[in-house]
Amino acid sequence: MIKALHLIHDYIKRDEEGNPQGTIRAVDDVSLDVKPGEFVAILGHNGSGKSTFAKHINALLYPTEGTVWVDGMDTNDDAHLWEIRQEAGMIFQNPDNQIIGQVVEEDVGFGPENMGVPTKEIWERVEESLKAVGMWEYRKKSPNRLSGGQKQRVSIAGVIAMHPKCIVMDEPTAMLDPSGRKEVIRAARALNDVEKITILLITHYMEEAIYADRIFVMDAGKVAMQGTPREVFSRVEELRALHLDVPQVTLLAHELRRAGLAIPEGILTKEELAEALLLRNGE
Amino acid sequence: MFKGMTLGQYYQTDSALHRLDPRVKLVATFVYIISLFVVDSFAGYAFAGLFLFALIRLSHVPFRYMVRGLRGILFLLLITMAFNLFLTPGEALVKFWIFTITKEGLSFAVKMAIRLIFLIMGSSIMTLTTTPNQLTDALESLLSPLKKIHVPVHEISMMMSIALRFIPILMEETDKIEKAQLARGADFESKNLVKKVKSLVPLLVPLFIGAFRRANDLAMAMEARCYRGGEGRTKMKPLIYHGNDYQAYAVLTVYLLCCAAIRIVL
Repeated sequence: MIKALHLIHDYIKRDEEGNPQGTIRAVDDVSLDVKPGEFVAILGHNGSGKSTFAKHINALLYPTEGTVWVDGMDTNDDAHLWEIRQEAGMIFQNPDNQIIGQVVEEDVGFGPENMGVPTKEIWERVEESLKAVGMWEYRKKSPNRLSGGQKQRVSIAGVIAMHPKCIVMDEPTAMLDPSGRKEVIRAARALNDVEKITILLITHYMEEAIYADRIFVMDAGKVAMQGTPREVFSRVEELRALHLDVPQVTLLAHELRRAGLAIPEGILTKEELAEALLLRNGE
Repeated sequence: MFKGMTLGQYYQTDSALHRLDPRVKLVATFVYIISLFVVDSFAGYAFAGLFLFALIRLSHVPFRYMVRGLRGILFLLLITMAFNLFLTPGEALVKFWIFTITKEGLSFAVKMAIRLIFLIMGSSIMTLTTTPNQLTDALESLLSPLKKIHVPVHEISMMMSIALRFIPILMEETDKIEKAQLARGADFESKNLVKKVKSLVPLLVPLFIGAFRRANDLAMAMEARCYRGGEGRTKMKPLIYHGNDYQAYAVLTVYLLCCAAIRIVL
């Protein structure tokens, strides 16, 4: 679905007068391959290049070197630009800055309007998308009156209405409260499970990454680690070296193990830990 | 504090006027304003007033909402009346000190006042029964012939509707910045005008920077959702004339003809 090969992106650094002062390499030789229907999480602390990478998938940024393919289409090829933007939807961090409509339903209709979808079908798409994220009852409301989590779900509906094959979420939960975060992640997982839409979730909340099929950890523009959540979170020391936390339960299990308790590495949920402890007690 | 504030002064209810196509209402307002200058006699104003009264009844909007708009122009109203009253030459009615009130002046002043009041109330009916969104749509549709001479009609209406969407957000942000600056000891209460203006700088600078950042984000989000200008765009809520809209146009034409007749006859 999404394939990057030796992707490099340089930002040009400018001084106060706007003269180029050299370049900053934000993404440095990233190669990865996301299969259709996968739920992939990209982790990394601030400035690790994860957002820059995400913007390449929607052709909002172009590679300095290397290539990105979305569904077999090269993002450098302008002929496919709108097709790529339709197939790879994008959710941004700030919900206020990506809602265009003054009424929820109008915002969801914005994408299909741009694509030239006939009026009747726009309404069908709006209904189905709002229902998919559980915001149908709010369709006549002003976005200003919704909570952060609800706004972000409206944004997701706006993307679904364009019938994408893949959705890139660039830290969609960074500005939300814990309950809003849960709402958004639940909506993302439902889309992945039910509609089989490929999800690329960029986040720095480890708890959100445990639901992914695969995790890529980025650091200084490079892919530092990759694997299933269990594999990645087993490497607690390495993650710490990258200034990333592991989920609390994983950390607790790790510390217990280090203290000599014979439980497996890479425990991701409370239930798993409880089970492991029970098993040990049973022996 | 700005949460839940509605823009414009739209009054939500259901009436024949609310259901009309916004284009009809926009045209009607324009026609009504013209009609106020066509009729130039008290009989004519009585007729225009009657028409206005019928519209107000039809709109199901309480009368006090209509009058509310007049408060804003009270000052303007008094000034124009005073100028007309004292400065029109003609047959003197009252004379005191250096002021003379003439017969012509009195009639001018009263006519001007009636005109202004009707004008404001007439346009209030439109803004009270039409959402800002519908208005921008109507404007885009009515101005679309101007596209031929390369007026960016779609862009203008898109800008207007984005502005409308962001006004409450920016107001909320102003509120936040104000509180943040107050917490840092800023003084917004000063009576001194120079100090007062100066105190706005730490308020406006972060607000502008924030607005630019938002604009940048929004542009990117719009592009990501395939926005590429008005070309090839379809509408979720296209404006279509229905039977009642044609009837409204007919009523409007009759009204304008009556006004012209009054002008000619009287």
